[in-house]
Amino acid sequence: MTSSAIEVSGLRKAFGDKVVLDGIDLDVPAGTVFSLLGPNGAGKTTTVNVLTTLMKADGGTVRVAGHDVATQTKAVRAAIGVTGQFAAVDELLTGQENLQLMADLKRLGSGEGRRVVTELLERFDLVESAQKSVSTYSGGMRRKLDLAMTLVGRPPRIIFLDEPTTGLDPRSRRTMWEIVRELVVADGVTILLTTQYLDEADQLADRIAVLHQGRLVAEGTPNDLKRQVPGSHVRLRFTDVAELDAAARILTDATRDDEAMVLRVPSDGGTRSLRALLDRLDEYSLSAEELSVHTPDLDDVFLALTGQPTEVVAK
Amino acid sequence: MSTHSIIMLRRNFKHIARNPTSVFNAVLMPIVIMLMFVYMFGDAFNVGVDYIDYATPGLMLLAVCYGLGATATSVNSDMTKGIINRFKVMDVSRAAVLTGHVIASLLTNVIAIGALIGVAFLLGFDPSASGLDWLGVVGIVVLLGFAAGWLTVALGLAAKSPETAGLAAVPLVMLPFFSSAIVPAEKMGPGLRQFAEYQPFTPIIETLRGLLNGTPSSTDAMIAVAWCVGIALVGYLWAGSTFKKRA
Repeated sequence: MTSSAIEVSGLRKAFGDKVVLDGIDLDVPAGTVFSLLGPNGAGKTTTVNVLTTLMKADGGTVRVAGHDVATQTKAVRAAIGVTGQFAAVDELLTGQENLQLMADLKRLGSGEGRRVVTELLERFDLVESAQKSVSTYSGGMRRKLDLAMTLVGRPPRIIFLDEPTTGLDPRSRRTMWEIVRELVVADGVTILLTTQYLDEADQLADRIAVLHQGRLVAEGTPNDLKRQVPGSHVRLRFTDVAELDAAARILTDATRDDEAMVLRVPSDGGTRSLRALLDRLDEYSLSAEELSVHTPDLDDVFLALTGQPTEVVAK
Repeated sequence: MSTHSIIMLRRNFKHIARNPTSVFNAVLMPIVIMLMFVYMFGDAFNVGVDYIDYATPGLMLLAVCYGLGATATSVNSDMTKGIINRFKVMDVSRAAVLTGHVIASLLTNVIAIGALIGVAFLLGFDPSASGLDWLGVVGIVVLLGFAAGWLTVALGLAAKSPETAGLAAVPLVMLPFFSSAIVPAEKMGPGLRQFAEYQPFTPIIETLRGLLNGTPSSTDAMIAVAWCVGIALVGYLWAGSTFKKRA
């Protein structure tokens, strides 16, 4: 399959005076994982809400599974599954009842419904707690149940995951990542996921779009994006200005950051070039307080693209 | 009713069964207030008749209102936790989702009022209503529960969080106190008295009082029904548009 699962062009949305989406273009090929990356307030959830028919766009066209979201709402809804930003599970019901509720709403017969529910409980490793009220579930279990509920019935062709691992502990995150990967490999589902975690997009996505204040500031494969930032470098931190000055004089290709008392020296990070650098510092009897080898990650990408570090933008 | 409505209704009933504290609150509080007013303050108010006979209709209304906080909170948590979004994407109709909540709210009201009237009889409540009058009482109570239910569902959908939703229902809980529920309006100070005379709960209470005394007043009844229909309509339209817009 090479057709597009999601095509968005010129998508605009404002709440009152506040422009939330300012002309978004996306093209997600079927059977791939696409990640919308951005800090809080960038417009990720709004994008998901429009793409999943929950909100009307102010402008632009959106086609999901080949159908227009504005005019062919029912056809779109039949093809998609949505797992929202918070686990949309019913706390007063048990895990099994939550799944059964979905089976009933999808009008599966009682026999088939039971079979599907049992299957999903097993697949998502929820059999032991199936009869317990969801209010006793951990965050990771709720997320799993949430996703399982999305899969009841005819499995959706396109799944939207809005911040699927926000608030989860590292182990549950990894479990969630494996589940997502398996959905793509085993079920051939197209996934659009939003995240504010750069490593998550890097781990899961075939393509990443970086969303910043309602605009896409970059789009490409994780490697494409990494290529857009300066290469790897060695970071040297000094304790006094005289030494920093002296080091800056001899390492002419370095960039300096006076505030952090840091020199960034371009380097491939290999032992040979590292030894050469250290020898050169020795030669002038200079010593750095701290040395670290830095390979670019998506944090650097974000900084390079938006001019703002993620920590500052994110709430 | 569509199958979706029945499934939603079953879900709401399960919630009531699983969360007995909210029902307990809706059932118990009006009874506690009844005991308090009848035993502590009742003798201090001179209302011309036995205080229990005077207060029961007003307390019935109070019982309807006490159930509303739980409805607002549960509608709002469905909204804010994304459960309503999930239903929307599954093409479950707005009518099915919201009617489930309204009927569940109404059911809580009926349970609370049933318990209240039971206790009232134990305290010497002695209505002179005929069978037909009782039918009228049931009709007014159900109509009020339905109207208040729709308004509360709208409040619950519009509120930012379950906490504010619970708070938004507080005025509805307080309103009966500023009506002829506990003391006759003419015994209140200026300002408050006019408010009590013209606010919607007073004609509803007076209608119930008339029916229970076996002396129904068609003027009160007409005003009461008009208020209920008006409140229901506002709640229904407001809930519908919020449901459609909010995601």
